[in-house]
Amino acid sequence: MAERKVELKVFRYKQGQTPHYDTYNVTVDENTTVLVALQDVRRDQDTSLILRHSCHHASCGTCGMRINGQEQLACVVKVLELGTPTVVVEPLQNAPLISDLVVDMAPFYDRYNTPEMPYIRASEFWPKTDLPDGIAQYTRYENCLECGLCVSACPVAGTDSEYLGPAAMAAAARVVAEPRDSDPEFALNWVDNEHGCWRCHVAYECTEVCPSDVNPGEAIMSLRGALTRRKFRRVFGLGK
Amino acid sequence: MQEIRTTHDAVRPKNPLRAWFDVRKRNLGSWAFALNRLTGLALTVYLFLHLAILSKLLQGESGWNEFLALARSPLFLLLDIILIFGILFHGLNGIRVALVGMGVGARQHRRLFWVLMVIGTLLLLVSAWKVFTI
Ligand code: SF4
Ligand code: SF4
Ligand code: FES
Repeated sequence: MAERKVELKVFRYKQGQTPHYDTYNVTVDENTTVLVALQDVRRDQDTSLILRHSCHHASCGTCGMRINGQEQLACVVKVLELGTPTVVVEPLQNAPLISDLVVDMAPFYDRYNTPEMPYIRASEFWPKTDLPDGIAQYTRYENCLECGLCVSACPVAGTDSEYLGPAAMAAAARVVAEPRDSDPEFALNWVDNEHGCWRCHVAYECTEVCPSDVNPGEAIMSLRGALTRRKFRRVFGLGK
Repeated sequence: MQEIRTTHDAVRPKNPLRAWFDVRKRNLGSWAFALNRLTGLALTVYLFLHLAILSKLLQGESGWNEFLALARSPLFLLLDIILIFGILFHGLNGIRVALVGMGVGARQHRRLFWVLMVIGTLLLLVSAWKVFTI
């Protein structure tokens, strides 16, 4: 395997201190991901570097960061495929910074949990298969990894601290599309305000960065559509 | 309902200029968004400028004629073209945002953008030709 040296320019911050960047030289090969390169730095050069990760295979959503200015999961981005001699690594935006590459995801989860988002959905993959005894229906996880990349990339989240944000609204749209035991009316009311779906300015940056096909931009537009139809129905007295 | 914490970050305070206009590594939607804000702000400034210039009428005919002479200089006509660009972009992109915002063409928002921009470019060319030949 061909090894190469590259520079990692990493955003650093410790509480009470001024943020700055530190540069580390790392040796990588064509399989080295940004996450592994950062772990190498932490092991061999600077144990004070703080980062978050778990699964290493784009499932847990914990390793989201900005790589060369773009929100990505560090565990699936190969350093050499970026094609730059220096790779700039920064924490996600629009979340309170804790240390180095780690941000506080609590505000993100607050929004995400509010309309009692189900995280299991009916599986669309085996609609016609016979079900074995004892299984009522095939289910699967919702697409969203709760990685927060979309919120970091959203220009509206960049100005409105109370914006519900793309991921949470995409989850609300799922409740409307497939209510299961949740209340779609509650989800619709939840997004029907100035920090909700009407705030979005159709930049679609959320959809561009989403690693999991959630397509939050379109989900927000579907919520607007549902609310508009509901308003029409109410105005013309056609029920709820 | 549980308390929702804000996304405010004391270390990196929100910066609208950066959030709206830093389009490095961003995609079509962000470029359109940034240009929409920029043309919106510029058109608002223009509106006040326009009213200020109209107030020259209060100074009588000579004041106004002086302004008209200036308004026919090529540089001024170029400013007219920039103004028309702003109006066309803001208006046409606004149509896209309104349509997509109502769920019309949400999947086709890029194509919608380019179709409207082609229409805009044609209108801009015709306007430029008119501005410089009339
Ligand atoms: S489409 Fe809306 S939510 Fe998504 S990035 Fe743009 S402004 Fe944010
Ligand atoms: S919608 Fe996509 S980008 Fe946003 S949190 Fe979910 S998986 Fe991540
Ligand atoms: S480490 Fe789990 S998504 Fe990257």
